[in-house]
Amino acid sequence: MDLNMVWFLLVGVLIIGYAILDGFDLGVGVLHLFARSEEERRVHINAIGPVWDGNEVWLLTGGGALFAAFPVVYATVFSGFYIALMLLLTALIFRAVSMEFRGKVDAPGWKAAWDWAFGLGSLLPAVLFGVAFGNILRGIPLDAARNYAGTFFTLLNPYAVLIGVLSLVLFTMHGAIYLAMKTEGPLQARITRWISPLWMATVALYVIATLATMYVSPFLFEGILANPLFYVLFLLLLAACLMIPVAAKAGRYGRAFVASSVVVAMMIGLSALSLFPRLVPALDDLSLSLTIYNASSSETTLATMFIIALIGMPLVIAYTIFIYRVFKGKVVITSDSY
Amino acid sequence: MDAVLLARLQFALTVGFHFLFPPITIGLAWLLVVVETLGWRKRDEVYTRIGMFFGKLLGLTFAVGVATGIVMEFQFGTNWAEYSKFVGDIFGAPLAAEGVFAFFLESGFLGLYLFGRNRVSKGVHWFSALMVALGSTLSAFWIIVANSWQQTPAGYVIRNGRAELTSFAEAVFNPSTLIRYFHTVDAALISGAFFMAGIAAYYLLKNREVVFAKKAMTVAVVFGLVASVLELMPLGHGHARQVARTQPEKFAAIEGLYTSTGGAPLVLFAVPTTDPPKLHGTIEIPGLLGWLAFGDPNVPIRGINDFPPDEVPPLWLTFVSFHNMVVLGLFFILVMALAAWKIWRGTLWNSPKLLKVLLWSIPLPLIACQLGWIAAEVGRQPWIVYKLLRTSEAASITVSAGEILFSIILFGVIYLLLGSLYVYLLVKKVKHGPAPLAGKEAVA
Repeated sequence: MDLNMVWFLLVGVLIIGYAILDGFDLGVGVLHLFARSEEERRVHINAIGPVWDGNEVWLLTGGGALFAAFPVVYATVFSGFYIALMLLLTALIFRAVSMEFRGKVDAPGWKAAWDWAFGLGSLLPAVLFGVAFGNILRGIPLDAARNYAGTFFTLLNPYAVLIGVLSLVLFTMHGAIYLAMKTEGPLQARITRWISPLWMATVALYVIATLATMYVSPFLFEGILANPLFYVLFLLLLAACLMIPVAAKAGRYGRAFVASSVVVAMMIGLSALSLFPRLVPALDDLSLSLTIYNASSSETTLATMFIIALIGMPLVIAYTIFIYRVFKGKVVITSDSY
Repeated sequence: MDAVLLARLQFALTVGFHFLFPPITIGLAWLLVVVETLGWRKRDEVYTRIGMFFGKLLGLTFAVGVATGIVMEFQFGTNWAEYSKFVGDIFGAPLAAEGVFAFFLESGFLGLYLFGRNRVSKGVHWFSALMVALGSTLSAFWIIVANSWQQTPAGYVIRNGRAELTSFAEAVFNPSTLIRYFHTVDAALISGAFFMAGIAAYYLLKNREVVFAKKAMTVAVVFGLVASVLELMPLGHGHARQVARTQPEKFAAIEGLYTSTGGAPLVLFAVPTTDPPKLHGTIEIPGLLGWLAFGDPNVPIRGINDFPPDEVPPLWLTFVSFHNMVVLGLFFILVMALAAWKIWRGTLWNSPKLLKVLLWSIPLPLIACQLGWIAAEVGRQPWIVYKLLRTSEAASITVSAGEILFSIILFGVIYLLLGSLYVYLLVKKVKHGPAPLAGKEAVA
């Protein structure tokens, strides 16, 4: 295993960490659009209140790590997806301030406006992350200078939109399970009714998406059945996926949350495995693809960054766990709350 | 319109707006460490209330800072793709390190600090305040590292058509990192001090929350006086000396030295015009520039005429922003010294004039930060990486002028909205006043 592979893995870990952690924040935001009472809305926001911005740091760090380890991907993809990224950033800006602003003025119109900002500011990223991921899996048009050769509308192809819908449904399910874990009584009962249909939709969409991927990007499946890691990830996905309804039915929402986190991780993990060693396949001509070798930083940088990650990430994980433990249990609204 | 110019405008807009918030966050976070320490050790619940109240304002400021900061992490790739390819081997590492070493720490513990007061022990809660302050300050470190490398690149070699890292330590501790870092962080401490002092002044003027306001004012003024003095000497002075040595074009531009000369004067006031570069209505002290920068009044210093015309930064903006920053810096020392003296004499509480000055000075350190940043970044032009890559060669080639214009308008509108709402909510919160202690806090 060389350093380029290590960094493929580490960027993957950051993306998965982001998807699991901010994934449930986004899901809670989507469900917020369907909330019925002020109490329910406050519970939603306070369920993620103390942790959401720590969760978003996974995205920022992922962006930084991509820049540091694979600058060509960072430059090509982000400039290529320009308008899409600006929309994503707009949504994330509104989501970030909506939670802080919402409770600061006691007027129904004000609160309703920020409820929409929170809901749509969560829904749009949930879809756009999927659309972006779908485009990577499908391959994007690249020219010989490894610059993006499409337009904004190239990105809105049916396959990418399908992946966008999948990620929306997946994160919403993940968020519903998180909320079930953080609530009690009638509110919990209302939330738990979402889990089963969302689970079914996730499974159905994943099957459709897999078939669509076979059609759109057959190269992703070359040799995958010969890879033992594929079976490990796939079995984990299957087991975790089956565990969600069982655990939810038994009222073991903590367990269901772990299972849905594993589902998120394995879906991304399997995609990453099939992409490897490519990072961004080039549409039409795979030889132009950006790989972990032709898009990477120098050995010195990769080694330095690896040391930074080795020192920093265990600390991050340790205090993140500590903070989550402090806020463990059901949401309680106090004078400190949003 | 020219795509590079638009990309620069977009960057200036998004960074400039973002940079209004971190100075308050960093400065306030350290002030909160002070008041939380006092509250915890002295068992004085007034300090606990100060902590809770300003903690909420920190939360509000932080939220807008985070919201606008997300843009920063991505826009090197979106708007400056050629730059990103050229420097990615070096420039990405500090950004990633910021996340790993600083931003996780800051945002994780901020949640604990704001929402965990009744869930953890006083010691752990105090620790969370410290980690927020430490995280925000470390965050600034890595950003300054990245920026300083653009100003005074080190620890690299040009290979494979890009800058490749040869020494991480040299790249991180390049010739301008440390002095720029302390100068910038101290500016943030001043911003935090004026923020707290100004709000305390408001309550004193209104004769509300007097005990609360006096204690907050005292902490802020002591803190602010020390920070303001240090900002001039040694930090501002040291930073200028570094610029004189490592970026002589920028030094000549900010100081208004248009012709090489020995015995160069320190220009205190002037109105610069360009074509040909000339200062009007100049007030200056002969020989002082050489003495300050190199310890010798007669040392020859290179003026703008000594550099190739296509390697000279814009003269008007650099001169004006730098000089106004210095004026503000001197004003901060004056105000804080006066306030400290009046606190010492016990007369500040009955000095409505000075209290009003303190109140209306809240935005001034932020303006000084913007001016300093303009002097530093415009002074670096025409280079995006000093002497290595021109700004004109660094923008994304696949992004059209129209797309950039779209994002300028988009962010312009959003930031106008966010900025107005931030001020509105801040004023509302301050007018509403600190909440009375309730529940567990009151017992302690």
